[in-house]
Amino acid sequence: MHELSIVLSIIDEIGDESEARDLHDVEVVHLKVGVFSGVDRNALLFAWELACEGTPLERSHLDIETVPLVIYCANCHQNLTPPSLYQLCCPECETPSQTIISGRELEVVSLEVAA
Amino acid sequence: MSTRIVEVRAKILKQNDLLAHALRERFQTSGVSVVGLVSSPGSGKTAFLEKLLSGLARDFRVAALVGDLATENDAARLKRATPNVRQITTGTICHLDAQMIEKALEGWQLDALDFLFIENVGNLVCPSSYDLGEELRFVMLSATEGEDKPLKYPTIFNSSDVAIITKMDIAEAADFDVTTARRNIESVRPGMQIFEVSAKTGSGMLDVFQLLHDQHAHSRETRPALQIEATQ
Ligand SMILES: Nc1nc2c(ncn2[C@@H]2O[C@H](COP(=O)(O)OP(=O)(O)O)[C@@H](O)[C@H]2O)c(=O)[nH]1
Ligand SMILES: [Mg+2]
Ligand SMILES: [Zn+2]
Repeated sequence: MHELSIVLSIIDEIGDESEARDLHDVEVVHLKVGVFSGVDRNALLFAWELACEGTPLERSHLDIETVPLVIYCANCHQNLTPPSLYQLCCPECETPSQTIISGRELEVVSLEVAA
Repeated sequence: MSTRIVEVRAKILKQNDLLAHALRERFQTSGVSVVGLVSSPGSGKTAFLEKLLSGLARDFRVAALVGDLATENDAARLKRATPNVRQITTGTICHLDAQMIEKALEGWQLDALDFLFIENVGNLVCPSSYDLGEELRFVMLSATEGEDKPLKYPTIFNSSDVAIITKMDIAEAADFDVTTARRNIESVRPGMQIFEVSAKTGSGMLDVFQLLHDQHAHSRETRPALQIEATQ
């Protein structure tokens, strides 16, 4: 499980932002996590609780937007979601595709802080 | 209490990505081809690497970094082929990251090397998120672990460049269906190059050596001009 390492990176990022922009009392951390990022949503939530206990982020929580896998089909000239994470092909014409448009995201999108 | 939203838009692993990017540039200017190896524990990364190192050491200057949770056993095995081996013991961390690589390389003269191999911690999940600056990533699957591994771990198979099916010497005894395994790899990573090898008998290794020769020749050709030349 590497979600704890991921969470520590998020906390670092929040620390940098808080300092640079003088933010206090972060309440919600909005993330984008792609289904193909290798990071598990539940493990991330669990690691967050664990890592924030007894810190200024203790009362904050994660809001995770799950980004689906989208590939480009060179045959249909369209971006589409493949039939599953283990079938990287077009759901309509079955042409294999290795052009990933989205699904690998691992980003801090925004913070909700006390006004 | 009211709240306000502050835009951040930052990649979570940007520190690792930046460092990996810097490493990749360093590897390119030094002319060293760097290959990462990932697989489940026990698939045969170290055995395969022993064969690679001893096969390549005749014509090339080779080195290896090997990650493991504990013990220096793998490094000791690889040192039979080349003295340029360093163990990275990660403790509780289930993957290597770019910072560990940078640290492990301290004091090494990279331009005195042709190949550097990096054996990751045995794990098919966590290493997929961490770029190590490698030029090629090999994902390994052994004949004893079932044909459907690629379907269960699509992220790591998809993020790798080459698949190595190993322990082919015992494929029959393990009822391993290599056609199905190939189809599954192709499904998660269309167009991926696949090699069938045995580190025990050495079968299939020649094709891997050929790939590495070609890769090395190619990266030497496309090697960026050294900075000294640019400033002169
Ligand atoms: N029969 C056979 N056994 C192998 C082969 N490669 C590795 N092994 C055995 O598999 C076990 C694990 O191999 P090792 O290289 O340590 O795997 P690692 O954990 O991925 O580095 C050892 O007992 C090896 O001797 C192979 O090609 N054929
Ligand atoms: Mg090993
Ligand atoms: Zn299509």
